[in-house]
Amino acid sequence: MIKLYDFELSVNCYKQRLLMSILGVEFESVLVDFFPGSEHKGEEFKKVNPLGHIPVIDDGGFVLRDAHAILIYLAAKYDPTGNWYRTSDPELIGETAQWLLFAEGTTNTASAARLHDSLGYPFDIDECRSGAHKLFRVLEEHLWFREQEGLDWICSGDHPTIADIAIFPDVMLSEEGGVSSQPYPAIRRWTDRVKRIPGFVVMPGIFPAATA
Amino acid sequence: MMQRCSDPVVLDMWHPVAATVELAAGVEYQTRLLGEPLSYAMSPQGLPQAWRGTQHQLPVMHAYGVLWTSLGSPPDELFEFDEFHEPDRHNVWAGSVGVHTSAPRAVENFLDMGHFPYVHTGYLGIEPHTEVKDYTVEIVNDGKEVLATGCEFFQPMGALNALGGMLMEYTYRVPHPYCSILYKSSPIDESRRDAIVIFGQAVDEENTRAHLVLSLLDDESNDRQIQAFQQLIFSQDKPILENQHPKRLPLDPAVETPIRSDKTSIAYRRWLSGLGLRYGVLPAVSDGR
Repeated sequence: MIKLYDFELSVNCYKQRLLMSILGVEFESVLVDFFPGSEHKGEEFKKVNPLGHIPVIDDGGFVLRDAHAILIYLAAKYDPTGNWYRTSDPELIGETAQWLLFAEGTTNTASAARLHDSLGYPFDIDECRSGAHKLFRVLEEHLWFREQEGLDWICSGDHPTIADIAIFPDVMLSEEGGVSSQPYPAIRRWTDRVKRIPGFVVMPGIFPAATA
Repeated sequence: MMQRCSDPVVLDMWHPVAATVELAAGVEYQTRLLGEPLSYAMSPQGLPQAWRGTQHQLPVMHAYGVLWTSLGSPPDELFEFDEFHEPDRHNVWAGSVGVHTSAPRAVENFLDMGHFPYVHTGYLGIEPHTEVKDYTVEIVNDGKEVLATGCEFFQPMGALNALGGMLMEYTYRVPHPYCSILYKSSPIDESRRDAIVIFGQAVDEENTRAHLVLSLLDDESNDRQIQAFQQLIFSQDKPILENQHPKRLPLDPAVETPIRSDKTSIAYRRWLSGLGLRYGVLPAVSDGR
């Protein structure tokens, strides 16, 4: 069974749990005391990931680190429909990669602001917040135009992709870092759609969709 | 930037600033308390220190696993929390978490059982078991403490070691305006209770660092899971807390309409009013100040 080096409150770990839940992939969580113990920075954990961060997966001896790389691997290997990471079309591969890199940006701004405010990480909070708003404005406009075309998801086509999974929690928990989602109605409508994907699971701070 | 605190009640209190297990000897740390930056450290000899600016030494105390300081003239003693010292217990620091709300809002949320089935679904509550049965609230210890007893609530997984749903009995103490201790039935020893503590550090009037401490009868082997469980519960509360407006706790009874589950909260608000506390709250208009 896949082992996920995991911490409940980590957005990047949650992205893996969410995708595996949607795909119906069984996995075992290996709890890493990220906070307050900083176990991921310890010598023992560095044997698993010399960069000292989570998540990491171990799939039958194949060890992979970095949240968005793991999403690619999981979708490529465990989604028989090929919808979550579509490798059939060069444009779609490019689009997905573009938005996964965008997700690195939201992680390093919005989610970094959350780590600063909640767990006391020594980041430049003003820079994190303004960087997050800059990205959210781009995402808002993108999603708004998608909606005008009757499209629900970040990448082209009528099915969500790992790009939706990668950006979703950074946006959902941004208020914990003092980044309000109030100015972004199209983003909020999109997060509601993500919550209605069959197999959706929550993490602390993210609640299920309201029942209609 | 928040204004400096001018509330003498709050200035003279002891305030928690850090869990001492977190402190490496001889290393200087920075935080904010009541809107002011301050530094603290644990000396290589194990003595806590706190200071403002470069040298202005502040009073310090090391109690309940936490470093306490004060910006005024604090009392000689901190409130009692005897269970912490019982030899067969072990005390776990579950982390210190920043929350965008006032310390009184954080304490009030901690006292509320009504939200269990909705916010902690499947853990501390579950529908249709939403009823909060009647319980007793009193002011004890010469007016120094709010005490709520006989609080019962059905919990599907009220503790990590709970074997399925059980009717949990809670006691809440508020022995300090920004701190609360919750006692709940121990799943392994019916006659005794686990304690879960929130020590609220008022970073400023609308920001808090919640220092979470558990004093448990469990064996120590699963500290990590217990920490994770408490962090999960607290993180479920966080977005709710951060969306409460106003962020300062309104003490005027007319501002927010209470229901039965809020009995402790009403007593807590009145008690704060009676103390004349003004920092982190919106004082009742009728008190004439």
